[in-house]
Amino acid sequence: MMKRIIVGIKRVVDYNVRIRVKPDGSGVALDGVKMSVNPFDEIALEEAIRIKERGLAEEVVVASVGPTDCQAQLRTCLAMGADRALHVHSDTPTEPLTTARILLKLIEREQPFLVLLGKQAIDDDNGQTGQMLAALWARPQATFASKIVLAEGKAQVTREVDAGLETLEVDLPAVVTADLRLNEPRYVKLPEIMKAKRKPLETLSVESLGITPRVQLRTVRVDPPPQRQKGMLVENAAELIAALKAKGLLAS
Amino acid sequence: MSAAILIVAEHDGSTLAAGTAKCVACAATVAQAEITVLVCASDAAAVARQAAQLQGVHRVLTVEHPVHAHPLAAAIAPQIAALAAPYTHVFGPSSTFGKDLMPRIAALLETAQVSDIMAVESPRRFRRPIYAGNAIVTVEVPEDAKVVGTVRTASFPAAGTGGSARIENVAPPAEPPAHTRFVSSSAAKSDRPDLQTAARVISGGRALGSAEAFQMLYRLADKLGAAVGASRAAVDAGYAPNELQVGQTGKIIAPELYVAIGISGAIQHLTGIKDARTIVAINKDPQAPIFEVADIGLVGNLFEIVPQIEKLL
Ligand SMILES: Cc1cc2nc3c(=O)[nH]c(=O)nc-3n(C[C@H](O)[C@H](O)[C@H](O)COP(=O)(O)OP(=O)(O)OC[C@H]3O[C@@H](n4cnc5c(N)ncnc54)[C@H](O)[C@@H]3O)c2cc1C
Repeated sequence: MMKRIIVGIKRVVDYNVRIRVKPDGSGVALDGVKMSVNPFDEIALEEAIRIKERGLAEEVVVASVGPTDCQAQLRTCLAMGADRALHVHSDTPTEPLTTARILLKLIEREQPFLVLLGKQAIDDDNGQTGQMLAALWARPQATFASKIVLAEGKAQVTREVDAGLETLEVDLPAVVTADLRLNEPRYVKLPEIMKAKRKPLETLSVESLGITPRVQLRTVRVDPPPQRQKGMLVENAAELIAALKAKGLLAS
Repeated sequence: MSAAILIVAEHDGSTLAAGTAKCVACAATVAQAEITVLVCASDAAAVARQAAQLQGVHRVLTVEHPVHAHPLAAAIAPQIAALAAPYTHVFGPSSTFGKDLMPRIAALLETAQVSDIMAVESPRRFRRPIYAGNAIVTVEVPEDAKVVGTVRTASFPAAGTGGSARIENVAPPAEPPAHTRFVSSSAAKSDRPDLQTAARVISGGRALGSAEAFQMLYRLADKLGAAVGASRAAVDAGYAPNELQVGQTGKIIAPELYVAIGISGAIQHLTGIKDARTIVAINKDPQAPIFEVADIGLVGNLFEIVPQIEKLL
C-alpha cells in the first residue's frame, strides 16, 4: 500500500489582520479580509513534505473542510508540495467534532500511516480537532509537536509542554499536531503555483461521506475584548522605579 | 437544577498543579455546583490529599494505574469517559495537560468542547476568547449535552484551602491502550518562581540578541523575586527555552507586574498578558504596539536601562 500522509488544512483570517468585531455583536467582520492557510497547518504540511523528501512517505494528501473558497488554500498547499487535495464542501463552519468525523471518513478511504494537523486554528483557537480525531479513530495522539522522528511502525514525537519538552513514542498510524517550532515552512515559488493548477483536487460533499453535521454550541454574541487604558511614559530608570513604588509594586 | 462537575486534576505525581485550584474556582461560579476532583496517578495519595483540602470540593476520586505515572491523554481519556455518566460538566485546566486531554474526552463522550472558559454566565453559557483574544464569544451548550471545557486559568483566582473532602478510590472498567508510551521529559528544575503563577514576570524579546544577554534579565528577575518570560522570537532564536514563551501559543499569564523588555507587542504576544495588573514596557521604538497596552512605558535602549534599574534596586 502507498505510504501516505494526510494533512488537515483550514482557511482562516491571515495572522497579520487586525480583526474587528461587528457592532451588532453577531460575529467578526470577514468581508474583504485576507485569508490564508492556518499557520500551524502550514507547519504540519511542511513536515509532511519533508518526510516525503526523506523517502519515508510516498504521497502527501491535503484535506480541508470548508466553503468553495478554501480551494485557494488547497492550491497553495499543492504548490508547496502536496500531491493531491481533498475538499469537503461545507458552507457553514463545522465544529471540531464534525471536522474530526469527516477527517476520519477520509482516513478510512485513504489509509494514511500518519495524520498531521496544526495544534490549533488561529480563528476559533479551539485546539480540539486533532485530539478528537485520534479519539474517534482510537489511535495515538501526539500534540504540540516540535520534533518527529519516524521509525518502522512507530514515531518518537517531542512535544512542547508547560514544563519544557516531553518525548512520546506512538505506534503508527497516529495523529500528530504541529507546534510553531516543528519547522519553518518554505516559500512557494511561482513555477510551483503554475504546476499546482494541474494537480488533482477532488471535491466531496459532507453527505456523500455519510455524515450529518451537528452544531452543538450556539453562539450567543461576540464582543470586543475590554480595552486597557493607555498608560504613562517615564523618562528614565529612576522614574520607572519611582512609578512602580507609587503603585505599590515595589517596596519603598 | 444542580450541576455535578468533574474536574480532572493536573499534577506531577506528588504536587497538585495550581491550575486545578483555578478550575475549582471556576466550577464554584456555576450555580449549585457539586464539585468532584479526579486524580489519575500511579500513586494518588499525596495529590488526592491536596485536592481534598481545596475549598468547594465535595469529594475526590482517585484512579490508580501504573500507566498514569506520566499523564498520557490516550490512557486517561477512556477512563474518565467511563466515569463521566453522572456528571453534567467535565472541566480541566487549559494548560498543555488539559488542552491535550480534554478534547479526547469530549470526543469519546460525543460532545463539543468549550475551550478556554474565561467566565461562566450560566451553567451552560460561557465566555471564551477567539482570534488570539481579539474577540470574546459567548457560547451556549444545549441542555441534552454534557459540558466539557477547559478553564482559562489566568481568568480565575485559586480556590482557597482548608476543606476536607472525602477521598474514594475507583477503578473504571476501561483498560488504557498500549499504543502510546512515555519516553522522557526535560522539565528543567528551577528555583525561580513558576512563570504561570508568579506575581512578577520579567520578559525579554528578540532585542536581547543572545542567550548571554538574557542572563541580564535573570539577574533582574532574581532581585525582584520574579519569573522570567520570553517572546516567541526570543525562543525561536534560542535565547530562552520554549517553556518561557508567553502568548497565544505559549503561556497565558496574569501577574501583578509584567515587564516587557525589547518586545514589540505583537497581538499573539499581547494575548498572553491581557490580564496582567500592571504592564511595563521598555523599548527603543516609541511606536512599538506594546506601548498601547503598557501602564508605564520607557522609551530607550534596554542595554543601558536594564543595568541602571539593577543598580537602583
Ligand atoms: C500563529 C502564530 C502564533 C504566535 N504565537 C506567539 C506567542 O505565543 N508569543 C509571542 O511572543 N509571539 C508569538 N507569535 C509571534 C509574534 O507574531 C511576533 O513575531 C513575536 O512576538 C515578536 O517577538 P519580539 O517582540 O521579541 O520581536 P520583534 O517584533 O522583533 O520586536 C523586537 C522589539 O525590540 C525593540 N528593540 C530592539 N532593540 C532594542 C534595544 N536595544 N532596546 C530596547 N528595545 C529594542 C524593537 O523596537 C522591537 O519593538 C506568533 C506568531 C504566529 C504567526
